[in-house]
Amino acid sequence: MLKRLFPHPYLTLTLVILWFLLVNQWKLGSLVMALILATVIPHLTSAWWPDRPKIRRPFGLAAYALLVLWDVIVANFQVARIVLFMPRDKIRSAWVTVPLDLRAPEAITLLAGTITMTPGTLTADMSACGRALLIHSLHAPDPDAVRDDIKARYEARLKRIFE
Amino acid sequence: MILPYALLFMIGCICAALILNLIRLFTSPTLTDRILTLDTMTVNALALVILYGIWAGTGLYLEAAILLALTGFVGTVAYCKYLLRGSIIE
Amino acid sequence: MTLALAIDLFLSAMLVGGGLFALIGSYGLLRLPQPMQRLHAPTKATTIGVGAALVVSALDLLPQGAVSWQEILITIFLLLTAPISALFLAKTLLLRHEDPATLPDSGTGRPWATLSDDRPVG
Repeated sequence: MLKRLFPHPYLTLTLVILWFLLVNQWKLGSLVMALILATVIPHLTSAWWPDRPKIRRPFGLAAYALLVLWDVIVANFQVARIVLFMPRDKIRSAWVTVPLDLRAPEAITLLAGTITMTPGTLTADMSACGRALLIHSLHAPDPDAVRDDIKARYEARLKRIFE
Repeated sequence: MILPYALLFMIGCICAALILNLIRLFTSPTLTDRILTLDTMTVNALALVILYGIWAGTGLYLEAAILLALTGFVGTVAYCKYLLRGSIIE
Repeated sequence: MTLALAIDLFLSAMLVGGGLFALIGSYGLLRLPQPMQRLHAPTKATTIGVGAALVVSALDLLPQGAVSWQEILITIFLLLTAPISALFLAKTLLLRHEDPATLPDSGTGRPWATLSDDRPVG
């Protein structure tokens, strides 16, 4: 019964929180509205969510978010240095192929988003079978190091969280 | 104390960034560059709206900022989908 | 009083840093020579710039004991959508402006999704 009413508990919880952030006030009426929306929207959109994503370690996800935030801030300074001071013909951009060990679609989406937000690398495409990512690196004298770094720093952590 | 001066500095930076974007918009070599520039301009305009909200001391501009963020994102995706697929809604 | 001063200094530093990053992002868009390189600067640096403005907006009234929550919503939205727009722009560039021969092999026996044959053409 509870499972039929809330097919996606994480989505419902996220919607409640998002509604409170949107109305920007803590009132009973907002809670009622949030609960109505959070019950109806998962049912209306269930055609696009055939499976429930499995998150093995929610706290691992929080730690991962903090790690990514820190990396984004630190690495932005490196890109700023490249953009401002490196001569144009010295910037050596490279395409990098990253073979994926992850299989969960949510985990792959998160990895692709992380790679894009971490400055210096950008997810450009995925192979047609979903087993490899095409990444463009702004300045990579050693493309293999970029691949190994992504696999060790982000993919291994996501694998522990999702699988 | 020094916050208003920092605010003015950032508003100046964003205005300079918008001028650079305009130059790029008129001199951009490819169509995709133009879409990218428009996306950047939307985000810069968003920053300008938020900064004006801080300057005016009201939270009302945040709702305008939310709308600008939404329409900017949908616009960028629609342009790209049109170039990728030849249609927007399939 | 010292706490208020510390907050003031912190917020001012955020504003100056965020403004510089936004400027660098737009400058990179103008300066970098290759189309794929130009994609790097604005998607990230500009997002960081707006993020700094949002943090300041959220904490601006902290000395008076008020914190606004809508900024968190905008920050989450920007952090979620920036990679998606970047991915769409990259796919458009791959399809229209990049030479497929310069791309590396996917290593899986299948081509890259944007260039594969079963891509629907409208």
